[in-house]
Amino acid sequence: MKEKSKRYLRTEICFIALAVALFVAIILNIWIGSADISVGDVFKILFTNQFAGKAAHTIVWSVRLPRLCAAALLGGALGVSGYLIQTYFRNPICSPFELGISSGAKMVLALFTVVITNYFGAISNVSMVAVAFVGSLASMGVVLLCAGKTKNMAILLIIGIMIGYICSAVTDLIITFAEEEEIVNLTFWSMGSFSGKDWNDVLVIACFVLACFAGTLLLIKPITAFQLGEGYAQSMGMNVKLFRVLIILLSSLLSACVVAFAGPVSFVGIAVPHLTKLMFNSSKPAVVLPGTFLLGAVFCLVCDLIARTLFAPTELAIGTVTAIFGAPVVIAMLLKSRRKSA
Amino acid sequence: MTRLSTQNLSVGYNKKVLIGGIDISIAPGEVVSLIGPNGAGKSTVLKSITRQLEKLGGEIYVDGENAAALSYKSFATRFSVVLTERLKTERMTCEEVVEAGRYPYTGFFGRLTEEDRRIVRESLSMVGGERLAELPFDAVSDGQRQRILLARAICQQPQIMVLDEPTSFLDIRYKIELLSILRRLAAERGMSVLLSLHEIDLAAKISDKIVCVDGDKISAVGAPEEIFQGDTIRSLYGIARGDYNLLFGSVELEKPQGAPRVFVLAGGGSGIPAYRALQRKNIPFSTGILCENDVDFQVACSLAAEIVSVPAFAVLTEQDAARGAEAMLRAGALLAVCERFGEANGAAKPLIALAKEKNIPVYTDVAQVPAAPAAQTSESSAGEGSEAMAQKERAAEGAAGAAGEAKHER
Repeated sequence: MKEKSKRYLRTEICFIALAVALFVAIILNIWIGSADISVGDVFKILFTNQFAGKAAHTIVWSVRLPRLCAAALLGGALGVSGYLIQTYFRNPICSPFELGISSGAKMVLALFTVVITNYFGAISNVSMVAVAFVGSLASMGVVLLCAGKTKNMAILLIIGIMIGYICSAVTDLIITFAEEEEIVNLTFWSMGSFSGKDWNDVLVIACFVLACFAGTLLLIKPITAFQLGEGYAQSMGMNVKLFRVLIILLSSLLSACVVAFAGPVSFVGIAVPHLTKLMFNSSKPAVVLPGTFLLGAVFCLVCDLIARTLFAPTELAIGTVTAIFGAPVVIAMLLKSRRKSA
Repeated sequence: MTRLSTQNLSVGYNKKVLIGGIDISIAPGEVVSLIGPNGAGKSTVLKSITRQLEKLGGEIYVDGENAAALSYKSFATRFSVVLTERLKTERMTCEEVVEAGRYPYTGFFGRLTEEDRRIVRESLSMVGGERLAELPFDAVSDGQRQRILLARAICQQPQIMVLDEPTSFLDIRYKIELLSILRRLAAERGMSVLLSLHEIDLAAKISDKIVCVDGDKISAVGAPEEIFQGDTIRSLYGIARGDYNLLFGSVELEKPQGAPRVFVLAGGGSGIPAYRALQRKNIPFSTGILCENDVDFQVACSLAAEIVSVPAFAVLTEQDAARGAEAMLRAGALLAVCERFGEANGAAKPLIALAKEKNIPVYTDVAQVPAAPAAQTSESSAGEGSEAMAQKERAAEGAAGAAGEAKHER
């Protein structure tokens, strides 16, 4: 019983810590930037009308706030989508990006930008988002079709990776024969960034991500059962087939949303769920899912902050920063699991 | 009354029928074991019954209801399983694994009520796993893991528990513990237990009924007494080398080939360790003089090249002794491990004196028996060898006159 209350205490402390970290990350993201605004002013801008109409007010409300909202929401989405796909494949080293979701999106995007810039002129931001979304869902759909053919998760994972390679090859082919100006949008997109988001984008992202997240929370019970493996889950009265479809659908939608709005953002999906479990020392979905969302948000906020301030005014691709922080986690995990099985 | 019955059930993979015509019925409180060689299809049968594999024909009835028509949930409240698949539970504690068993009973978010928690604790204590509750499932031993999985299955409060080789990887203590718990569940809760087992000796002890799964068919169904009779087991497992002792449930390895090189004077259990030691050294032996109700007789049947025996409860006569002497002299050496001679086997004692008189080696310990000679004897000992052979021959001839009866051979 003592042990148990200790566990609960740990969970509570972790959630409080995450909430504090999120708050701090938000403030830092509003405060730090190329325009100098003091911390005191930040609070004044946020909570009073004192600065209304001034440049600082506009910077905070129209640039920094929507951007950080997008970063936080998409970060959470990445974490959750990684968690879901890891649950699905029962493999901790796996995320939608390993399954070729971003390569698929990039391929479709490449095709469209080349075609549209040639026949219809400039491609709009909204259509970029829509096309990337469709592209990522399409590549996920192909992986899912294969999932119907094989039950072996390792094979399915490899199929996903192969599809990713095929998409990349086709993309390279298109780029090779495209004019520089035709693919400038594509190059920019494939850098991956949370920049340039306005409140409309944030609204769409929020609705979408939060709805998917809510859907995921409804699956907490079956996810718990699924942790024991398909055989046990089925024996406990779970509709495994339906569950799998739901889980992969939610994961795809979440990551497609990220790909559409921010481009490829690597490693967050793998590293964050793992870090969350480590932090909470638990794999209870009821704890890990909200934890993953929060940690994903904090992780992306911090990475975005680094991306835009480290070499300011040059902005780094978000993937560059997340890889630097995320890849070591993956390496550590691989080494650790090796040691365990050896 | 039957709780679970299959009628003309066919099972297999990918629409290909492996085993057809399966008719098994289990009453409440009954333990039924599936036995059979590796890859015979025990798991396939179990998986088809628990709906993890689609059955390819026939019907399964639970309490008279067609199992195929049951909803996921109502199926889960009747059946629970212990599977062979390895779990990747990450950071789940043992208690969380057990709690998962409440799945069919909890609400939409899987929140546990006080009652659920009580059942979880009760299930844990039933398998003696209370102290494991807070430990990570990954960190406990195989035996403890199996107990936790059993607790999970108990926690699901099924009417029928299906276990796929639950005793694999367990040491003998855990095997006994696990099977005792199953018997208790059957006796106290009237739970029907269907399991597959590799250990046929345990199957004989735990089961009310045994089902022999033999690759493409169910070769036999019946009470252990019926199954463990005659050649059913030997033919089920295709045992051509070695032997399986039905009465003891013990396994004996292949009997050493060749003419007996030592006669083991045994009885009352003194022979069994000696027989097995000789088998390990690959020394063919004859033995006697054993009543057929002597424990030694059972193992001798599997291992000895030749047995001098008398009917059960018989008192040895001079004639029996002469048969023994004949066998001993033919073997050309005596290993006297029997230390107690009473009224019934007193007549065998003079064999020791006879051996000394005939000048053949008398050993009292298996270690003294020289190991089997290499395929070819070396040059230097060849002469000595032939001399010994000749001596053996003469001695045997002398004894043959006294012995009127033919040797007993299995």
